[in-house]
Amino acid sequence: MALIEVNKLSVQFQTPDGVLTAVNDISFSLNRGQTLGIVGESGSGKSQTVLAMMGLLAINGAASGQALFDGQDLLTLPATALNRIRGNRVAMIFQDPMTSLNPYLTVERQMTEVLEFHKGLTRASARVRSVQALDAVKIPEAARRLDMYPHEFSGGMRQRVMIAMALLCEPEVLIADEPTTALDVTVQAQIIALLRDLQRDFGTAIVMITHDLGVVAGLCDEVMVLYGGRVMEQGCAESIFYHPSHPYTVGLLGAIPRLHQGEQSLVAIPGAPPNMAQLPPGCPFSERCTLADRHCVQTRPALAPGQPGSDGQAGVLRACHKTTIEVLHHARELGV
Amino acid sequence: MLSAKQFHEMAATVTPAGSVVAKPRSLWSDARRRFVRNKAALISLCLLLLIAAACVVGPWLLPHAFDSADWDAMSTGPSLKNTHFWGTDEAGRDLLVRCLIGGRISLTVGLLATLASVSLGIAWGATAGFLGGKVDAVMMRIVDMMYAIPYLLIAILLVTILGREFYLVVITITVFSWMDMARVVRGQTLSLRSMEYVEAARAMGVSTTRIIFGHIVPNLLGVVVIYTTVTVPGVILTESVLSFLGLGIQEPMTSWGVLIQDGAKVMEVSPWILLFPAAMLSVTLYCFNFIGDGMRDALDPKER
Amino acid sequence: MSLTAPLLTVRDLKVHFEMKGESIWPWAASRWLKAVDGVSFDISPGETLGIVGESGCGKSTLARAMLNLIPATSGRIVWQGQELRGAGPQVWQSVRKSVQMIFQDPLASLDPRMTIGQIIAEPLRTHYPKMAGAEVMQKVRSMMEQVGLTEQQINRYPHEFSGGQCQRIGIARALVMEPKLVICDEPVSALDVSIQAQIINLLMELQSRMGLALVFIAHDLAVVKHISQRVMVMYLGRTMELATKQAIYQDPCHPYTQALLSAIPTPDPRRERHKKLQLLQGDLPSPINPPSGCIFRTRCPKAAARCAEQRPELRALNADTQVACDIV
Repeated sequence: MALIEVNKLSVQFQTPDGVLTAVNDISFSLNRGQTLGIVGESGSGKSQTVLAMMGLLAINGAASGQALFDGQDLLTLPATALNRIRGNRVAMIFQDPMTSLNPYLTVERQMTEVLEFHKGLTRASARVRSVQALDAVKIPEAARRLDMYPHEFSGGMRQRVMIAMALLCEPEVLIADEPTTALDVTVQAQIIALLRDLQRDFGTAIVMITHDLGVVAGLCDEVMVLYGGRVMEQGCAESIFYHPSHPYTVGLLGAIPRLHQGEQSLVAIPGAPPNMAQLPPGCPFSERCTLADRHCVQTRPALAPGQPGSDGQAGVLRACHKTTIEVLHHARELGV
Repeated sequence: MLSAKQFHEMAATVTPAGSVVAKPRSLWSDARRRFVRNKAALISLCLLLLIAAACVVGPWLLPHAFDSADWDAMSTGPSLKNTHFWGTDEAGRDLLVRCLIGGRISLTVGLLATLASVSLGIAWGATAGFLGGKVDAVMMRIVDMMYAIPYLLIAILLVTILGREFYLVVITITVFSWMDMARVVRGQTLSLRSMEYVEAARAMGVSTTRIIFGHIVPNLLGVVVIYTTVTVPGVILTESVLSFLGLGIQEPMTSWGVLIQDGAKVMEVSPWILLFPAAMLSVTLYCFNFIGDGMRDALDPKER
Repeated sequence: MSLTAPLLTVRDLKVHFEMKGESIWPWAASRWLKAVDGVSFDISPGETLGIVGESGCGKSTLARAMLNLIPATSGRIVWQGQELRGAGPQVWQSVRKSVQMIFQDPLASLDPRMTIGQIIAEPLRTHYPKMAGAEVMQKVRSMMEQVGLTEQQINRYPHEFSGGQCQRIGIARALVMEPKLVICDEPVSALDVSIQAQIINLLMELQSRMGLALVFIAHDLAVVKHISQRVMVMYLGRTMELATKQAIYQDPCHPYTQALLSAIPTPDPRRERHKKLQLLQGDLPSPINPPSGCIFRTRCPKAAARCAEQRPELRALNADTQVACDIV
């Protein structure tokens, strides 16, 4: 049985202007030790998906569907049961480490608190475990730094502290919501290497949410591309990166400035990120898709397995009316 | 289907469909929409306008003059029969008309003094906040000194020396009401000064004066409006207090403060002489407060 | 290297901030934060110089010093033969007609209470106050069209636009004066990937059409690759390497540049898995108390003893590359 199984998860918000559907019908599964990358730009709903799973939605948000963790539906669990899972078996790290750490408490207090609550350890033994955790994330002089406050750490170090806190209880799943977006590129590389090592050593399943396809390429086995709250393409990393079969994925890959490509000009996707309150009835990407026609705008394409090409792209799910061949041809034209 | 070349070309110049909005929505029209949704604020605004209209137009419509004594009805209570709807005071003057006339004075003094103190406060605060450094320090110390001066003492002095003219009352009140606005505006200016669009204006070569009055002040107006609706009741109250102490408007001209003072003297015998002006003052102050709350909520940029 | 005279010459520019009030004793010597510590480069007409560095490298401070938004402490800024640093406000005012800036946060750089027509017209109204209203409007409309906005949007307010459109407005505002040099301070960092490509393509198109020189500041070497002819890599206020595009991407000389390049994640799983990462040790040193000698030596994988003794000057390794390192 998969460790995480999400079925048709949807998230809606009650706003003064009406109901806003931020996430629509997302399904995926994650096994132990696997990494899933959820990729999307602004308004794609990637953060709201995991916030719904962790029960951290804003007060006017409501999730529907199923989010099974080890057989239990996280969406319907009572608060006490959810609390025993959160931080313990499923941990989360956020984008901005400065605001995710309490500036008034020392790092030691914040870490021992987690252990005292979930594992029932005493303060002293929790402290020992905390030092071990900081060592595991390669923070130098861990014992001395444990008594410092968050503002005394640099951005990269703070993010490592967050990772250490997340790993204290040896969770089975680590959800990382844009953990490196606010960090410098060299620090980002260190953090990704760290996550890879931790995954290898502890067998943690990782859900990585990001807008950076490069980060996903380095870390994730499975990739899910979101746009306008819906899944555009979903499958193994090799297929998504080397044989993208959705125009949005093609566009995204073409828009990323590459270091190792020749004098290719950047492919720009026309238009702007979607207005979530005014999505077209059909495919949300149809407004910006150069392959789109009236049918695409009117009828929503279902998420279906792609036609396996000669390279054997079994396992890719795509939501597009156009055939895989058409999209691959389009990709080749653009030089992606 | 577009060719790759067309795709590339399009990408640089296409404007997205979602940007075509029906009509321009400035931040003010957004605020107006939100204000109108706030029932308490809307009702207060209507009530206030009603009171103002009554004060302006009422005395012309009513049969009595505010300073004519009706010898047949001295200190009579409110009645419908003898057209003294709110009764009369000990000199036989119709209370309703006097309340409305008093309202004219109180509201006029309130608005004039507020206008003057707000203008002075904005100019002072924005300049101090934007220029910073020593200029800011000196200007703010002057504000501190003004706070330290006991205004009542000075008001008594001024009134004693210069007399009790209408414009003097306005000046006295202004002189002691502009500091709050200056402080608030200075604080806002300090935060606006580091906004990127101010930096962009400097990079463009826009002059300091133009930045202060073209960029900073328009973006302060939200806060200014809110504080103004808080200042007006304060000013009206100050005028009432001055009048209550005998330092305000001269007889036979009256204001709510004067009326309240008169009413307080005969409170036990003819309570209506106190109650009606006090009620008018209170209702007006409540209205301003609700409007102020409504404006604050309406102008809050987070409530988009 | 271009044979025409450079538009802008910057020599040994330093921007130091005094940390006042740190000690309670008024006679204690204050410490200095060296945000920019000796940067030199030239910009020729029509070329793009990319300036890349991570947080704390001083690139934003450098950009602002070039426009006198932050006064430079020492060094030379020469614009078309005229010395600018320390010059009076009139000199700077006339320079501002030809040197403009585009900012990082597209929405924040636009005054929320002005319509975009007014925003784009503001430089014209500031520098040419006598220009007729009709002419101003005509220039504004033409500029809007060139950046991909429609005329109907001229009376809208910034908050009604998306991030990418706001940046187009910022570009229109910077270009309406037909400047010779535009300094772009991380213009695409706050935008989605798909919009970044639009804006970069737009800038390149406008550059070739209007003959602009650009200084393109970014924290990502990949982003500047498409638009720059030469790239300068900064670290903690100093230049580490200044080279042509081909040289820096194919054969980076400075260890910091090499580390930066290897750290950039590429959307290529096979390449990423087998990448040999050149991880930098340690943390960024404090700019108030920088390391002696070479400022990068505390994190450099190739540091030697002599790196601590003397600060390496930027020297030309070959025709295409200048590097500040004594080891390579």
